[in-house]
Amino acid sequence: MHTKTIAEIARDLAAGEYSSVEITTDLLNRVKQLDGDINSFITVTGEQALAQAKAADERRAAGQAETWTGIPMAHKDIFCTDGVVTSCGSKMLSNFAAPYDATVVEKFNQAGAVSLGKLNMDEFAMGSSNESSFYGPVANPWNKDHVPGGSSGGSAAAVAAGFVPGATATDTGGSIRQPAAFCGVTGIKPTYGRVSRWGMIAYASSLDQGGCITRNAEDAAMMMNIMAGYDAKDSTCVEQPVPDYTSTLNDSLEGMTIGLPKEYFSSDLSADMQQAVRDAISEYEKLGASIKEVSLPNARLAIPAYYIIAPAECSANLSRMDGVRFGYRCDDPQDINDLYKRSRGEGFGGEVKRRIMIGAYALSAGFYDAYYKKAQQVRRLIKNDFSAALKEVDILAAPVSPTPAFKRGEKTSDPVEMYLEDIFTISLNLAGMPGMSIPCGQVNNLPVGLQLIGDYFAEDRLLNAAHKFQQATDWHLKTPAGI
Amino acid sequence: MEWEVVIGLEIHAQLATKSKIFSGASTQYGAEANTQACAVDLGLPGVLPVFNEEALRMAVKFGLAIDADIGKKSVFDRKNYFYPDLPKGYQTTQLHHPIVGMGHIDIELDDGSTKRINVTRAHLEEDAGKSVHEGFGSMSGIDLNRAGTPLVEIVSEPEMRSAKEAAAYFRKMHSIVTYLGICDGDLSQGSMRCDCNVSLRPKGQEEFGTRTEIKNVNSFRNVERAIESEIERQMDILEDGGSIVQETRLYDADKNETRSMRSKEVANDYRYFPCPDLLPVIIDDNYIEAVRETLPELPDDKRARFVKDHGLSVNDAAVLASDRELAHYFETVAHSANDYKLAANWVQGDVSAALNRLEISISELAVSAEQLGHILKLIKDNTLNTGGAREVFNALLEGKGDDTVASVDKLVDSLGLKQVSDTGAIEAIVEKVLADNPKLVEGYLNTPEDKRAKAIGPFIGLTRKAAAGVNPQVVMDVLKKKLSELG
Repeated sequence: MHTKTIAEIARDLAAGEYSSVEITTDLLNRVKQLDGDINSFITVTGEQALAQAKAADERRAAGQAETWTGIPMAHKDIFCTDGVVTSCGSKMLSNFAAPYDATVVEKFNQAGAVSLGKLNMDEFAMGSSNESSFYGPVANPWNKDHVPGGSSGGSAAAVAAGFVPGATATDTGGSIRQPAAFCGVTGIKPTYGRVSRWGMIAYASSLDQGGCITRNAEDAAMMMNIMAGYDAKDSTCVEQPVPDYTSTLNDSLEGMTIGLPKEYFSSDLSADMQQAVRDAISEYEKLGASIKEVSLPNARLAIPAYYIIAPAECSANLSRMDGVRFGYRCDDPQDINDLYKRSRGEGFGGEVKRRIMIGAYALSAGFYDAYYKKAQQVRRLIKNDFSAALKEVDILAAPVSPTPAFKRGEKTSDPVEMYLEDIFTISLNLAGMPGMSIPCGQVNNLPVGLQLIGDYFAEDRLLNAAHKFQQATDWHLKTPAGI
Repeated sequence: MEWEVVIGLEIHAQLATKSKIFSGASTQYGAEANTQACAVDLGLPGVLPVFNEEALRMAVKFGLAIDADIGKKSVFDRKNYFYPDLPKGYQTTQLHHPIVGMGHIDIELDDGSTKRINVTRAHLEEDAGKSVHEGFGSMSGIDLNRAGTPLVEIVSEPEMRSAKEAAAYFRKMHSIVTYLGICDGDLSQGSMRCDCNVSLRPKGQEEFGTRTEIKNVNSFRNVERAIESEIERQMDILEDGGSIVQETRLYDADKNETRSMRSKEVANDYRYFPCPDLLPVIIDDNYIEAVRETLPELPDDKRARFVKDHGLSVNDAAVLASDRELAHYFETVAHSANDYKLAANWVQGDVSAALNRLEISISELAVSAEQLGHILKLIKDNTLNTGGAREVFNALLEGKGDDTVASVDKLVDSLGLKQVSDTGAIEAIVEKVLADNPKLVEGYLNTPEDKRAKAIGPFIGLTRKAAAGVNPQVVMDVLKKKLSELG
């Protein structure tokens, strides 16, 4: 039951193969038995899940079931859940339970989904390996000595480990696409403004975007049908109609032009990674697409620009964690400055502190123009690069990461090396366009991801391209040994 | 040495929106602590701001009222600093692209002339909460009801040259924002607060001296006194050859002195940057013109109209137009009595005296404008004399009537204040007075013609004593006639 997709579960529930309570119980038991090694959950809300499942079964019995009624899933612990702790992977918020649901959470609740709990992540979504979580690292189900990627490492590992068929996630610089690639699952980062950020704890507001991780593109389309849409509570959310993403999955790729950004196929990418991606591209040619080389000339500027803009925004976003109104407070503060210093000093982990420092420095008087303003100018150039490329072609195809999942501890001592993990994903967040990661091969028995990039609000086109690929290949069907 | 004073003011005015600038929580003053602060005002993780368009409309209205450039694209920035009553650790404000650009207002000087003061800019921002240091032992309490209340910060050019000018500027701004209805203007509740930048320079020197900033002065009187005492302090230092330290100071009204708030001036680095949670605010000419349509008559225009159309003196007009409520009261009285001058005399006389005595505002006065207008009408048609009118006015003040115009008529009756203007009735009384006082009559008749006007006085007094409420003009006419008949 644990390898079923969302679409399969929806059909099974409708056909009465099993009840929502049965599959929920089954998955909760799996989490109990197996997550000790994986550590993908921070909080398991078993009782609530069973209550939701029971209510879903009752609705179904009453003939009121809809597509999502009774389908199990879980949320990244960055989405606020009314009354349940939302830690964001940090000691700072280990005691914080919001009095509200994130819009995304509310939408899944309303659709009748069953949430099994809250998933592990890098602290405040800062990291590419899920090693910065206060709740401990997450193991990659394919090889438990390896990282699952980050920051949505819990979401990717939970889907790969067969705990849930789908999970919400967020992507600020690659945090959906890279863990999806590392864990051999499917991830989509929608267009900035497509999914509401209300109740999603901010890391870098202008880059953060909610999305999901699933087993395949069809499930991603089903999740997007729930998540996407305008929300008056988020001023950056775009008022744009939401199509039925499942309705265009099977459109033909005949005549589609796929662009390959030449800068992404450089020496940064090992030969076997390159081969896996190239093989996938050949597959697209078989499906009727034509391939064209394009250029993103400013791609190399993406990481430096990102590591100004994201830390700058986070330095302000995380100021509210001050030990005054909620969250961690140090013992026995002597005065207000002591309270600030120790609460934040003890509550935040090293990577978060590093980014706050970088951001505060970049925004300082006298440095603003040289760093923040310059980075925004670079951002504009990068955006223009993507727009220009997407005028020539329909979508772009690229690698997701330079290597497959690396070993735990391998890069923790060198932050720059860790930052370079996101070299192929980060520029898309600066541009605000949608991207996907789908499994396309293996290197050293570890999954490799293919990145698909589309123009603003072209999620339907990406999902279509991903689905057609998955109809023709079986990389997405492979599961880790023992799962 | 002769010194020139240079003053610039930064005025914070709370906008009279129903809800906060970035949340739906109420802005009402005086609620129990932390009952008007929602998740957004508390700065909880995951919440997002949504800009209240009513605050935008009010700010644009203000900009138009001071003839300013309106920012068609204004941008909210984050101003970063830690303070317990600043929930997010930053204040959302507008740094480089304020909603209101350069404008100006005119202030009236003592000599009757006016002076133009330029307004550099006015921007929208959110207010912080309040720290409460009493009642929590060694701890402090935080009340976030005020957090997120919309403010416009109005920044003047350093163009005021005396404490009096600064106070006049503050008064004029108060008058404008209350006229516009964008701020309740209640200084005692902190609805308007003023930071005063003061410096001195040798007369004739172009370069500014080092300034100090007096924070959060909250009354017209204190603006004047605080600046005066600061000028004095600075002058003493400069005359002794010392130099001014650039710093923030607080005004202690009890001691009438300013004192240093921070021992040394550390330049705060607020690390401003555009708020990524809010989109730039874009408005077009149509929007601006639609707001312009809603502009009321402003104090300067009203004052000019009082002088030009209704013949009031410049001083009377200035006083009556300065306050929107007072001006409205006055105009209602004047309309109803159809006499602007009489209304002006009463509003500046008995009404002002009553307000001062009772320490109330015009909106709390027990005598409505309609009632006073009716009283004045009764003076004009000779039903009441001035004394009688005053008695009715005072009776209403003391709560002896209700709030209807009919109540005025009832009081006139019950207090027996209706003037006797019937010549026949008065003749009878006068004849009796003359018959009862033959010696006075004789004395009068022996008075030379040119002194008789004065000698008639005692007869008027006697007649009015004999019959209260007689119309003095009629009494005079009858007395003159009867006495002249006697010789």
